[in-house]
Amino acid sequence: MQLAVNIVVLAAIYALIACGYVLIYRVSRVLNLAHGELMMLGAYLLLATASQFTGHWLTAIGAAVGLSLLVGVLVYLFLMRKMAGEMVLAAVLTTVALGIFLRGLIVLVWSAQQQYPAHRLGIANFAIALPGGARVSFFAALLVMAAAATYAGILLFLRFGRWGVRMRAAGQNPLLAAQRGVNLHAVYALAWGLSTLTGSLAGMLIALDSGLDQTMAIVGLKAFPAALVGGLDSLLGALVGSLIVAAAEVLLIHYVDPLLSEVVPFLILIAMLIVRPWGLFGTREELDRV
Amino acid sequence: MSRRPRASGYFRTHYAQDLALIETRAEWTALTALLIALAGLPFVASPFLLDLAAQVLLAGIGALALMLLTGYAGQVSLGHAGLLAAGAFTVGIAVKEFQAPIWVTLPSAALVGAGLGVLFGLPSLRLRGLYLAVSTLALHFLVVYLGAEYETRRGFSTGIVVDPPTIAGKAISDGRAWYFILLAAVAATLLLCLNLLRSKTDRAWVAIRTNETVAAALGIGVAAHKLLAFVISSAVTAVAGALFAYYRGFVSVEAFSLFLTIQYVAMIIIGGMGSLLGALLGAIFVTLFPYLIEAAVRMLPGAQGYAGMLFAVNYAAFGAVMMLFLVFEPLGLVGIWRRVQTYFLLWPFKHRGVGGRR
Repeated sequence: MQLAVNIVVLAAIYALIACGYVLIYRVSRVLNLAHGELMMLGAYLLLATASQFTGHWLTAIGAAVGLSLLVGVLVYLFLMRKMAGEMVLAAVLTTVALGIFLRGLIVLVWSAQQQYPAHRLGIANFAIALPGGARVSFFAALLVMAAAATYAGILLFLRFGRWGVRMRAAGQNPLLAAQRGVNLHAVYALAWGLSTLTGSLAGMLIALDSGLDQTMAIVGLKAFPAALVGGLDSLLGALVGSLIVAAAEVLLIHYVDPLLSEVVPFLILIAMLIVRPWGLFGTREELDRV
Repeated sequence: MSRRPRASGYFRTHYAQDLALIETRAEWTALTALLIALAGLPFVASPFLLDLAAQVLLAGIGALALMLLTGYAGQVSLGHAGLLAAGAFTVGIAVKEFQAPIWVTLPSAALVGAGLGVLFGLPSLRLRGLYLAVSTLALHFLVVYLGAEYETRRGFSTGIVVDPPTIAGKAISDGRAWYFILLAAVAATLLLCLNLLRSKTDRAWVAIRTNETVAAALGIGVAAHKLLAFVISSAVTAVAGALFAYYRGFVSVEAFSLFLTIQYVAMIIIGGMGSLLGALLGAIFVTLFPYLIEAAVRMLPGAQGYAGMLFAVNYAAFGAVMMLFLVFEPLGLVGIWRRVQTYFLLWPFKHRGVGGRR
């Protein structure tokens, strides 16, 4: 029972992070390898707002979430917009460079020590007993709920929202969308903002649950296989992929070898790339035309 | 390799001259001067500078190999650190388990590299661009995991100590001797690349890079040439890793992080894609960059306060420089070099004539 709970919590973490990869890839075909670092930045932003609004933890989280949205939009406006029309690979490498830059910057501003935002906000973590003898920490439960709410919100937004429809249109055919009056730059900026926001939300909740240091970026990278297994352009796929990767990881660590934790997601990734590169729910890339 | 004629006219009278790598007397003079300078360096440089030079040379081999694969054949790889690790661990294991001498370990490292090259290259037959990069990234984690597993299983949890190699009965541990060995290795790699890049293989690679479907339609064996690119690049990279293991005298998985891969990718980007000179310039720039930053930080007032933060400053500055190159100078250092060259060649004019010979 505890194992099942662990799987669900890990899947929720991966799902919440993976939806950021999917959003950006779906809309602009750019793989954001700085997502782990942006997520870490979001968590550190919470640390910053926590010292501003001590005692009002909802305000602090709200302010940090707002700031992370702003960060995402700014990253697009000042960096990725310049890469529009360049080779896709150049854009991906730019995100890698951004990730390295952010890692350095975060240590410079907040130091490399382990930090505890929950402590700073003055809220205590406690365990909730579940039926079946399993236990889950309060923030982990919050994380599962946040993941569910985020997915519901984004799916509804993409389906019915005016900007959501524009985002889908830009993802399907940018040229046609632009000709029909969709402001591509605004749509891309929104995608970056939303992606950073959801990633940061995951980062904040993980940090509240178990503290915050430089290793968080690796969690972000490990969520990437989840996105790819499900299909890089499918939100539903990201959800399923997260469940698969999380289940495999938890079970293998439990029954085989804890050292495997670092490689399991990537092993699944290789298997998926061999069998079905476009993922479970992804759309197959178009054929070459000359 | 630049294909524009370097002499002021066409003076070739023998077929041998068509094959010559060096055409003009000015080039001979420049090459001789460069060789004398390189040979003289270890006799004037301090041990610290000599170590820097050795690091640059090691990075140069790896960068040349990656340039072949990414810059010419157009196959993106994020598994470079994994291949370096494979070479280094081959040496470590061969020395620890079998006391193998260097003339056995280096070829076996090349063989392991070639084998891994096939493995890394297999996904490229189905995948392209982004997906290929991701699959090589995953293989990197796999290789590093196997290395870590070997370390813990055999009880070398902090790393494997590799004794200095013996050549002709003498142990090579002197910095000066290493400098010349590495210089020879870079020269050999460079010659290999130069000759590959004027062969049928290079033309096939460029065709595949430009458009795979067209290349296949022209009768080029796309799969074979892609695998060949991976095999050659990986074998050279593994040898670079093996030399790294001998030079450092120590092998540990910590040295082969994802960051190392990114550094090599940065070398070929900052140097300039599709140019061997670019790979070498990039290797020099990226290797020396942290030391430049350190020197710059020490110049600032209150340097003591930053001493513990140096690695963070390095990270941030490295990321920033890489972003600046990608956004503002996609052609890299070679692009800048060519522009300077053109400026002096054309002076006092600004632009090349339109429609004339380029």
